[in-house]
Amino acid sequence: MTSLKPATEAELVDMVQDALAQRTPLDVTGTGTKKGIGRPMQTAATLDLSGFSEIALYEPEELVITAGAGARLDDVRKLLDDKGQEFAFEPPDLSRLLGAPHSGTLGGMLACNLCGPRRLKAGAARDHILGVAGVSGRGEAFKAGGRVVKNVTGYDLPKLMASSYGTLAALTTVTFKALPKAESEETLVLEGLSDEDAVAAMSLAMQSSCEVSGAAHLPSALADGTAKTFLRLEGVPPSIAYRRDKLAKLLTASGSHLLATDASRAQWVALRDVHPLAAPDGRCVWRLSVAPMEGAKLVAALKPHIDMRWFYDWAGGLVWLAVPPENGASADAIRAALPSGHATLIRADESLRGQVPVFQPQAPALAALARRVKASFDPVGIFNPGRMQQESA
Amino acid sequence: MVAMPLPDKTALARRREIAAALRQFVPGEGVIEAPVEMRAYETDGLTAYRQMPLVVVLPETTAQVSAVLKYCHEQNIKVVPRGAGTSLSGGALPLADGVLLGLGKFNRILDIDYANRCVVTQPGVTNLAITQAVQHKGFYYAPDPSSQIACTIGGNVAENSGGVHCLKYGLTANNVLGIEMVLITGEVIRLGGKHLDSEAYDLLGVMTGSEGLLGVVTEVTVRILQKPETARAVLIGFPSNEDAGKCVADVISAGIIPGGMEMMDRPAIHAAEEFVHAGYPLEAEALLIIELDGCAAEIDHLIERVVTIAEANRSNSCRVSQSEDERLVFWAGRKAAFPAVGRISPDYLCMDGTIPRRRLPEVLQGMEDLSRHYGLRVANVFHAGDGNLHPLILFDANDPDELERAEKFGADILRLCVKVGGVLTGEHGVGIEKRDLMPEMFSEADLNQQQRLKCAFDAKGLLNPGKVFPVLHRCAELGRMVVRGGKLPHADLPRF
Repeated sequence: MTSLKPATEAELVDMVQDALAQRTPLDVTGTGTKKGIGRPMQTAATLDLSGFSEIALYEPEELVITAGAGARLDDVRKLLDDKGQEFAFEPPDLSRLLGAPHSGTLGGMLACNLCGPRRLKAGAARDHILGVAGVSGRGEAFKAGGRVVKNVTGYDLPKLMASSYGTLAALTTVTFKALPKAESEETLVLEGLSDEDAVAAMSLAMQSSCEVSGAAHLPSALADGTAKTFLRLEGVPPSIAYRRDKLAKLLTASGSHLLATDASRAQWVALRDVHPLAAPDGRCVWRLSVAPMEGAKLVAALKPHIDMRWFYDWAGGLVWLAVPPENGASADAIRAALPSGHATLIRADESLRGQVPVFQPQAPALAALARRVKASFDPVGIFNPGRMQQESA
Repeated sequence: MVAMPLPDKTALARRREIAAALRQFVPGEGVIEAPVEMRAYETDGLTAYRQMPLVVVLPETTAQVSAVLKYCHEQNIKVVPRGAGTSLSGGALPLADGVLLGLGKFNRILDIDYANRCVVTQPGVTNLAITQAVQHKGFYYAPDPSSQIACTIGGNVAENSGGVHCLKYGLTANNVLGIEMVLITGEVIRLGGKHLDSEAYDLLGVMTGSEGLLGVVTEVTVRILQKPETARAVLIGFPSNEDAGKCVADVISAGIIPGGMEMMDRPAIHAAEEFVHAGYPLEAEALLIIELDGCAAEIDHLIERVVTIAEANRSNSCRVSQSEDERLVFWAGRKAAFPAVGRISPDYLCMDGTIPRRRLPEVLQGMEDLSRHYGLRVANVFHAGDGNLHPLILFDANDPDELERAEKFGADILRLCVKVGGVLTGEHGVGIEKRDLMPEMFSEADLNQQQRLKCAFDAKGLLNPGKVFPVLHRCAELGRMVVRGGKLPHADLPRF
């Protein structure tokens, strides 16, 4: 397959215009680490945006970073870390889960709207993107947003790029908010709770003023035989000490222990990057986003019927589910049991992703609106055709 | 003055017929056409602009909103949605040939769900009412625009409202989980819900801040937070704006994100002090209010560090609030800054640019120069943490020349904001006020892409036209593709 790798915005415009003239659908990609997410596509050429990798601006005291959409997330993480900052939404490194060599690019991070355990406090990539520049499927360069946090000038097109999987525009530049890293952290681990009790305990913790910044639960099967519920506290040490005592008094469990800063960080990286279900064991992996109190109920409803492994993040609002590929990775059963929210098939082989809707099917009016939004950027469907929705013939 | 599109004479002539048709969907007092009763809707928070609507309709249910919009869509009648009408940018200004769709009767909170930490509400509920409904359990809704007593949550969604605490807690967009909305075609669409993550295109994100141009919000799900255990404020005076600006940068560089960080310049300090007697230092050129919230142990720890940073930046006065009452007094001056300025001038224009913080001294200097040039005074309050400036231009509206000068002065300030890397509006919206300045920030291609998105929601351009975009293009014209070399693929080609 042809690979097009523009080095400048002008080249990118030319390439998209050429593709339009020749009706060549393009596979819009950074470094391809998340290619396995979405429906399989029939494209004639790859549009490789990894050349846009320059860090144009990083001003720690302004809490802002502007970089090429092809800049590597791993590199940017290091850059921010050197100044005691980070992306507060904790973008995961899904390379182990997806079998990729590294965690990909900033453009991919935005296009997949990545977020980690701190989602319940700090939001996702969509909450931290400030501005974008790129080329639409019409072959026109455009920009939107800016480099300041507070901005309501015009429609929030940068947010629209989040979770668009490269179907709207080929991005060249992204501007994100950076935030100070917490000075220290600690995790209270409750032992032996059932899923239902864990979700109740996490809800209680989130309703307290303890400022819990991560609430996850590993059932016993994924935690060496004893279920573990993790509650993370971040901040300055005197504050953590106070909140830890308060939290411990609020919650009861048969046992508990604490993870100090380093162990706590390592634990949350493992949860963030879905390590408990990342083994290349042939299982398909679903990501279910539901109201937090619904997570355990959903699992209880599915458990008797499916051979599955699972764990919870976001106080129960995010369920990671690994299932055998048979029966369309149980897509129908999972979606039928879903009380709200959505189920996304994050890991499955290509043929399965061609048979089963990877993304939650939408109500007709919403699906039609989404198609019109796609057409407003890419009227002939030149960018990643069919990746999110089956194209109507 | 910004000019509105010329009204459609056919629509004007059909007023009686349109009102009668709307009565079929919204019974009784829900349709208003008597001029004396419509007067209440003729303006919003941008009071220099006034316009009587064609007719006012106040539906009570989503089905009614849907029927009204469907009718207007079929009949090609323009619609202006309205919450409480507190917009400072003219977003809710009626159109002479348009139906004004008021959401005031959507005034009920539908579901309070502490376990999932969210509230489902109708859009006409005020911002503050949400907090009031949950505060007995220690919860609150974080975004707190100054107009929070009056402004509605539906309006907050339309404008992506902020407030003094958004540096730490985010804007409306970061605190809304889901909405129900009605398109101009009458189709009802739900986005998000009680779950945190919404899949596929972030239409919820696009709706937030879309200024009533894309759809009418009929239900909102917001997240609620447990109130911090306590909060304390530090009041710090500086001998110059530069010193105060440097202090703000140093606080953030030290990894501290305060709950609020507000700055006032000398004219604003004096106006506020004369009004509320908060004990502001009158000798200071710039004043910072830095509020830290959380548990007591954390606040004590951080206040010490903030005070040290302030001293290193030549602060010449520093008071730490010793009680909740004192904290509220510190804030009273800032919160009353607009009415305080209103006392020293017959009228004022409130601007709303955002700049990269470190450019503050040169922007303030630029404003001083402009102030001399236009012969008008200006006072500044500033959400220092996130770079959002609110210059208040003082003038007398009875003097038409002063109004014109004030508008020009304001436009020049916003041009200056854009020039230093900032934006035209941080939280008040473009509306009509900043509509004609949009090309200062965006190219024609940028604006066309935004309008194409509008076409995806509202192909006939019937929802709130004349706002946000300086030039209205027809969707067919915007959809046309020109590809180099004369090879023109048609927009209606089948997909690959």
